[in-house]
Amino acid sequence: MEALFSMTTGVLAACGLFLALRGRTFPVVVGLTLLSYAVNLFLFSMGGLTTDGAVVIEGHGSDYADPLPQALVLTAIVIGFAMTAFSVILAMRARGDLGSDHVNGNRLDEPREESS
Amino acid sequence: MDHLIALPVLLPLIAGLGLLLNREGPATPRRIVGLAATSLLLVVCALLLVQSADGTIRYYALGDWQPPFGIILVVDRLSALMVTLTALLALGSLLYASAGSDEEGSNFHGLFQLQLMGINGAFLTGDLFNLFVFFEVLLIASYSLLMHGGGKARIHSGFHYVVLNLAGSALFLIGLGVLYGTIGTLNMADMAAKVPGLDSSRLVLAKAGAMLLLVVFGLKSAILPLYFWLPRAYASAPAPVAALFAILTKVGIYAILRVFTLIFGAQAGALAYLAQPWVWWLSLATLALGGVGVLSSRDLRTQVAYLIIISVGTLLAGIGMNSIDANAALLYYMVHTTLVTGGLFLLVDIIAHQRGKAGARIVRGRAVNQVALLGTLFFIGALSVAGVPPFSGAVGKALILKAATTAQQVWLWPILLISSLAAIVALSRTGSTLFWRTSGSERRRERHESGERDKEHERDKDSERGQRRAGAMRTAGILLLLGASPLLVIFAGPLTAFTSAAADQLADQEAYIRSIVERETPSDTTGGEP
Repeated sequence: MEALFSMTTGVLAACGLFLALRGRTFPVVVGLTLLSYAVNLFLFSMGGLTTDGAVVIEGHGSDYADPLPQALVLTAIVIGFAMTAFSVILAMRARGDLGSDHVNGNRLDEPREESS
Repeated sequence: MDHLIALPVLLPLIAGLGLLLNREGPATPRRIVGLAATSLLLVVCALLLVQSADGTIRYYALGDWQPPFGIILVVDRLSALMVTLTALLALGSLLYASAGSDEEGSNFHGLFQLQLMGINGAFLTGDLFNLFVFFEVLLIASYSLLMHGGGKARIHSGFHYVVLNLAGSALFLIGLGVLYGTIGTLNMADMAAKVPGLDSSRLVLAKAGAMLLLVVFGLKSAILPLYFWLPRAYASAPAPVAALFAILTKVGIYAILRVFTLIFGAQAGALAYLAQPWVWWLSLATLALGGVGVLSSRDLRTQVAYLIIISVGTLLAGIGMNSIDANAALLYYMVHTTLVTGGLFLLVDIIAHQRGKAGARIVRGRAVNQVALLGTLFFIGALSVAGVPPFSGAVGKALILKAATTAQQVWLWPILLISSLAAIVALSRTGSTLFWRTSGSERRRERHESGERDKEHERDKDSERGQRRAGAMRTAGILLLLGASPLLVIFAGPLTAFTSAAADQLADQEAYIRSIVERETPSDTTGGEP
């Protein structure tokens, strides 16, 4: 299970990073979304991966599910979701205002490096 | 329990929510509520400052869940100093904004209060995950404030700022995850107590997590390889927002100072002070590049933004020196630089609006309307930020220079002094271009010869184009921030006594841990220990 979990997280993070480095706003937003999914999975696993743990602690020394990562990942999901919505709106606004969906915009008033 | 500690977070939250409800209609009630809430915040913070001066570390357990398990707010001297600084800066920029720039877009006052809530929370929290949450609160408010009023430049730089900070938040969470996985707690005092007991296999992971946090805090505080977002974002932000943003980089610096002197402080064994060597070299490079940036910027706002980079470099060099003296010096310098750069952003906005088409560009242009007032303020601000003797910059820089050990002096003295020289050269060039190399006065003389009617016509045009006069509100806002500079010199004695006491407290990790975690051990109210 650990191998599958870590591979999934790694592949998600790699895809997210690749897309976030693209030049247009849509792949960047999708990339950041994937990155936040990867981070959420990672956070979820940070207390260690166990199965069949008790939800509520029953006495001392019993095997129980660590509640803290779940609380943290919930917070992270909420924040990540809100930020994705915000960046989508911002990207659309940038497309409308700047007339381009390139992350550098097409600003004519300053010299820019050539992009292939 | 002492509820005063929670007020710097609760007060802006309540005021902000109320202000968001009242979005339409005349701006005056919103301005009054915003100013009243911020003044009250200043009073509360000043009370906390006075309270913290006795040296006890107080904490507020939210929902009365006791420390290692619940979320706490902690006030020690450093936190109290930072929240007071925030409230003072906020009052200055809010006074300025209330003179008109708050009506360029909607929801300015509500977002401003929420931003204050995030900043205060980040300074007060005693829990690493809560630090992340407050970082997000202040960032989300800052995203909207940065784009207040709209415009291409703001949207453009805003998108970069948002994407960079989202990536930064992802790194922050990964770092937190690694630290929780290895140390098993997120309460800062508890972490500091548990770090020395880590076995060697976990030590490497904890180190990786700590360095990830350093990257994130470095991004917020704009240290060398991570500062390229700052000049453009700050230059395009509306003036009162840019002035408030002067504290945002300091949130990053505070986080570095807190995490890497408390959790990874002297008691941490193999991980003790692991960030400081990195911070030291990077801060020197930041200083050098900041000097180059100040010299090369062709826009007044960009120039002030690079002055912030120089101040960040100076502050981080203080952290990198890693001694009690250096920490005391950097806290004094932090108060000075935050207020003065904030004031400069406000001043530059008025100057840019009064120069008509030339705007904030450093080129020959029309004279400003209020030459005497703006010229004097600019002179004070420039001397102060560059560190020329009668003002507070000189005291702060001298303290930092003095705190360096002999081995550090070789590097710090030349770089810091040369970057100050660069600031003086650049600012004197800017000042003479703005106030002396003007085309307006010549034109006015010609007009004077060609008759009265033309002159009157021009005066009409002047008042129409230079709409942004430095009225009572704006002058009060700027004076509050820039006027702090001479006051900081006059009261340098008590202030340095306080900052060195704060640095002493910061260096005593044992006392911090004792006053938060171990107080609860005898009562054992929480039952089953994992």
